[in-house]
Amino acid sequence: MDTPIILQAKNLTKIYGANTIFKDITLDVHQGETIVIIGPSGTGKSTLLRCMNLLTKVDSGQIFLEGKEITAPNMDEDEVRQQMGMVFQNFLLFNHLTALDNVTIGLTKVKKMSKSQAHEKAMEELNRVGLADRADHYPGQLSGGQQQRVAIARALAMDPKVMLFDEPTSALDPELIGEVLGVMSKLARDRMTMLVVTHEMGFAREVADQIVFMEKGSIVEQGSPDALFEHPEHARTREFLWKITELYGKKEKK
Amino acid sequence: MFSDFVKYIAEGTAITVAVTLVALPFGLVIGLGVALVYNYGGRIASRLAAIYSLLMRGVPPVALLFTLYFILSGRYVNLSPFWAGSLSLGVVSSAYQMEILRGALQAVGGGQMTAARAVGMSRWQAIRFIIIPQAFRLAIPPWSNEASIVLKDSSLVYALGVPEILRRAQQLSATTQQPFLAFGTAALIYFVLVFLTNRGLDWLSEKTKLPTQHA
Repeated sequence: MDTPIILQAKNLTKIYGANTIFKDITLDVHQGETIVIIGPSGTGKSTLLRCMNLLTKVDSGQIFLEGKEITAPNMDEDEVRQQMGMVFQNFLLFNHLTALDNVTIGLTKVKKMSKSQAHEKAMEELNRVGLADRADHYPGQLSGGQQQRVAIARALAMDPKVMLFDEPTSALDPELIGEVLGVMSKLARDRMTMLVVTHEMGFAREVADQIVFMEKGSIVEQGSPDALFEHPEHARTREFLWKITELYGKKEKK
Repeated sequence: MFSDFVKYIAEGTAITVAVTLVALPFGLVIGLGVALVYNYGGRIASRLAAIYSLLMRGVPPVALLFTLYFILSGRYVNLSPFWAGSLSLGVVSSAYQMEILRGALQAVGGGQMTAARAVGMSRWQAIRFIIIPQAFRLAIPPWSNEASIVLKDSSLVYALGVPEILRRAQQLSATTQQPFLAFGTAALIYFVLVFLTNRGLDWLSEKTKLPTQHA
C-alpha cells in the first residue's frame, strides 16, 4: 500500500496474570486498507483489537494513530475512541434505544451535534447499511444481522479513521452472515480503513488487502490473500487454512 | 361525629403519604449513589458501600429511626419530627434500594459499558445515558416491593409522635372504645395505598418495557 500509515502498533505485549496473550506484535495499517486477522481461537486476536482502541491496556509497546502515540500517558482515551469505530461479536447495541437513537446518541452526547443534524447523519448511515426502514425498531425487534448492521452504522456515524471488527459474524445464523459481510465489503470498496478479526475465509480472500495469521500470541505470517492462501510460507499457516477450509467445505455440503 | 372521624383519618392518611413521598425518593437518591459507588467506584469505595448496606440492613428500622432522629433533631440540626422521621426512613430504605439498583446495574452487563466507551463516551456518560436507563427498567418490579414496604414502615414515625394513620387510629381506638373499627380502617387504608402503588408501578413497568420481536 502506498497510502500513509494510519494506525501503527509497535511491539505490543499483553499479559493477564501468568498468561501472555500476545507478545511483541508489530502491525502497520495503511489508510484505506482492509487487514484481516485470522488464526485459531485464543491466540489474542480479539484482545489485540480491543487494545487498539484502548478498551484494554497493553502491558508494553506503543500504538500510534496518525503518527500520534495514543498509548502515551495523559492521553484522552475517550477522544481516541471517538476516532475509531468498533463492532463486536455480540453486537452490543444499546437495548433501550431504537436503531436510530443507537446511532444518534454518540453524535449528540459525544460529538455534541444538534438533534436534527444527528438525525440526518444517522439516517444517512442507516441507509448505508440498508436499514433506514428499521430506524424506529428496538434491538429486540431486529434480527442478529440487522442488529449488527445497526452497530456498524453506529460506529460509522462517528466518522472514524479506522473501523475495528471483532468477529462480527460469529454470533450470527449462517443465513444472516451474508448481509453483514456485504456491508463490510462495500465499506472496503469505499476505502474505509478496516482491521477485521474473522473466521470467514471467503471474505478474507476476496476483500482483504492483507491477511495476518496469528497464533499463540504472535504474528506467524502476513501477506496478500493470494500469497497466504496459495503459497503460505509456514507449515502452521498451511495447516490452519487447510483445516478451516475443510470445515467450511463440510458445512457447505450439509 | 362520623365526619370528624373521617376527617381525622384522612389527615393521617395525607401524612402517611407525605412521609412515604419524602422517604422513598430520598432513599432512591442515596441508594443510587451508593449502588453506583459499589459498582463503579474503586475497590475501597466499593467496600465502604457494601458495609453501608450491611449496617443499614442489619439494624431494626426503629433502632435506626431513633438514632437518626436524635441526630437530626439534636443540637446541631433541628428538624421537625416529620422531617427527621421521613429522612430517617429514607436512609433505612436507601440500603434496600441500593441492593435493588446494584443488582439491576449489574444485570445490564459490562458489554453495554464497553459499547458505550467504544463510541467515545466517558464512563460517566455511559452510566448516565446507557446503563442507568436500562437498570431502572429492570429495577421497577423489585422497587415496587420496596415502595410497599416503605409505605407500611412509615407507620414507624408514629414512635416519634408524627400523627400519621396508625397513631390516629390508636387515639381513636382509645377515645371511641372501638378498636376494631379504628385499626380496621387504618389497615384498609394501608392496603388501598399499597395496592394503588403496586398497580401504578406495574403500569410504569409495562409502559417502559422494551419491545421485542414477539411483542
